[in-house]
This record gives sequence, structure tokens and C-alpha cells, in this order.
Amino acid sequence: MYTQALNIRPDSGERQLEDADLTVRFQARIDAEERIEPNDWMPAAYRRTLTRQISQHAHSEIVGMLPEGNWLTRAPSLRRKAALLAKVQDECGHGLYLYAAAETLGSSREELVDQLLSGKAKYSSIFNYPTLTWADIGAIGWLVDGAAIMNQIPLCRCSYGPYARAMIRVCKEESFHQRQGYEIMLTLSRGTPEQKDMAQDALNRWWWPCLMMFGPPDAASLHSDTSTLWKIKRFSNDELRQKFVDATVPQARILGLSLPDPELRLDEETGHWRYGEIDWNEFKQVIAGNGPCNRERLAARRKAHDEGEWVREAALAYAQKQRDKALAA
Amino acid sequence: MAGPMMPLWEVFIRSRNGLAHKHVGSLHAADATLALQAARDVYTRRGEGLSIWVVPSTAIIASDPSDAGMMFEPAETKIYRHPTFYEVPDDVGHM
Repeated sequence: MYTQALNIRPDSGERQLEDADLTVRFQARIDAEERIEPNDWMPAAYRRTLTRQISQHAHSEIVGMLPEGNWLTRAPSLRRKAALLAKVQDECGHGLYLYAAAETLGSSREELVDQLLSGKAKYSSIFNYPTLTWADIGAIGWLVDGAAIMNQIPLCRCSYGPYARAMIRVCKEESFHQRQGYEIMLTLSRGTPEQKDMAQDALNRWWWPCLMMFGPPDAASLHSDTSTLWKIKRFSNDELRQKFVDATVPQARILGLSLPDPELRLDEETGHWRYGEIDWNEFKQVIAGNGPCNRERLAARRKAHDEGEWVREAALAYAQKQRDKALAA
Repeated sequence: MAGPMMPLWEVFIRSRNGLAHKHVGSLHAADATLALQAARDVYTRRGEGLSIWVVPSTAIIASDPSDAGMMFEPAETKIYRHPTFYEVPDDVGHM
């Protein structure tokens, strides 16, 4: 049930102390693979962690519309344009499912949006990179959505019911995104030499930022331990990153494109592709707000929000007027 | 965060004729007309439905999870409410 009104509960001192018994029973339910639902008792830290993670995920979907929206009016054919438009609409829908899931934990939509616009909340680092050519739309669908799917499939089994259900919907819809991106890359890589170069250039620019999407290496990750205990997270950052690399290397071969990593090699013993050192300094800079497009993305979101203010006001005023009329009649 | 908050609505969709409306999620909208339009955009982009209900979230009365034992456990011991509880000779065939 996605009901905000049912979540408003007094925050008494008693609950903040957190009954040891309740905590033990909560963990036992998690261990038994039971789903936690909005009105169930949960530790305050579980609520906080999930609110942060789900709202960041929602913000990422919303900000993620911007790099792709950049090419909507310049898609090379009506077919490509219709597909890209449908994909951008999906991202918006995914943001809305996720905000609804986050709200069941007791934060209002307005608060969550405010956290994004004020810069307090983060969103995925990947959306702070620019889309310079049409091939970037192919690379985003293939790699960014590919990495997102890798992350999101295990989240369908997350211990928090509303988040897991939202992820099931998202994953169902997402599978077309990666295929449309790969098809764009395939068409370009089998096109003229200039088109193939364009595809290679996009791959060169997006590869490393995509590997960063999985977050810091396991040794440095702040949130992983409790998230694993609570079954919010099923695989570590490095495990998911490795899965992504292993899945992507053969796909790049089929495109006839090369991954921009001279150290990439197959580890015969384990069957895994070993990749070179990731530039974690770049990741930190982008997260800290200094990526190529951070300011532009936030400015675009703020502008859209401000320019929609009168529409929201008018809709609420009209609804109030209709209610008043009905009462008077 | 200026002004009043957008009301929350629960969305129910009937997927095919003959099936009941099923809860699919929620959304914010100023009034019922806008809620229906938003539900159509957010929840039926791939032909998921033939009919939509939107209900103000505040109109839903939910059972308390801490009462789950009291409410639902009594049914668990009443196996005689299921057809498999009763023995019928094989030659009777399907019954």
C-alpha cells in the first residue's frame, strides 16, 4: 500500500530508544526473507537508509531524462525519435514509482524534491556527463541502462516491499532501453567509417563513468555492511561491477568496437575479465558537484520546478473552488 | 516547500475484461480528473489496462499489522474449509 497518510505516526521518545526485542524480531523476519511493509515496525536507521537510497534512485531517474532529452529533437529518424521519447517517458514514470515507494517511509514528495533542488540529496554520478553526439544516446542505452539493470535486478528481492515492487515494474520496462541503445550502436558501427568512429568515441567517453556507477570499491564503501545485513543489498559494488564487465566485453566484440582499457584481459582461471584501475578521484569530484554538467543539471531541474509552480498552484486552487461549490450546492 | 501539498491517490487498474481492479501504485494530483489522467500516463503506457479507479489515499482504512495474528491466524487451523480435507473414493471421479 502506497499510502502516505497511514505513515504519519508520533515520533515518541520510546520508539527512538528502540526496543531490543523488536530489533531482534525485525532481523529475524529479514533473515526469513519476509518483506517489510510500510506500517511494520522498523529500526530508524533502516528507514533512514531506505529513504536516502530510494529517493536518490528517484532523483537519478528524473535527472536522467536531461542528457537524453538533449537529443529528442535531433534524433536521425522518426523511428529513433519515437523510441527515445518512449524511453524518456519511462524514466519519468520510474522516478514517480520510486518517489511513491520512498514516501511510504514517511517523507513527503515535496520534501524529497526539495532535497534534490537544494543540492542536499545526491543522484547518480553518470548523469553529470554531457551527450555530445547521437552515438551517446546509443552508449547510454547500452551501457548506462545495462549497468542500471545489473543493479536493479537484485533490488527486486529487496527486503522492503514497496521498493521491491517498484523495481519489478522498472525492470520489466527497462529491458527495451538497453536493446534500443545497442541497436543504435550496432547501426553506427556497421555504417560509414565516420559513424563507426562516432560510436567508438562515445564508448571511450562512457565506459569509465559507467564502471563508476556501481559505487566505490567494497573496501571503501560506507553503507554496504548494514545494507547487506538488512537485505537491501544482495551483491557488493565490486561483484556487480564485475558482472557488468563480463557481460559487456562480448557485446563490444560483436559491435567491432574496443573498450578503452589497455589492461583489460581474461583471467583464464576464474573466467572473469580483469579491468584496469578506475579513477576514483574523478568519481569523487563528480559526486562533490564538480562534474562536467552538475551545475547545468540542477539549474535545469530548478527552472522546470519554478516554471511549474503556477500550474501546481492553479490546479490546487481549482480543486478547492470545485469543493467549495459542491459544499454550497 | 510553499503552499498546501498535492493530495495522494491510490490507483487501481483492471487489466482485462473479467478481472478485478488491482492496486498498482499511487500518485499525486490536485483533483480526481487530473489523477485519472496522470494514472493513465504513469501506469498504462503499455496497454496494461482497460479501466482505472483512483481513490483518495485518506479514504482507505487499513488493518493494523500488529493485529495480523488476531485477524488471520484463526483461518490457518481450519483445514476443513478446504476441499482436500474430505476423503472421497477414487471411482467417484472428479468432484
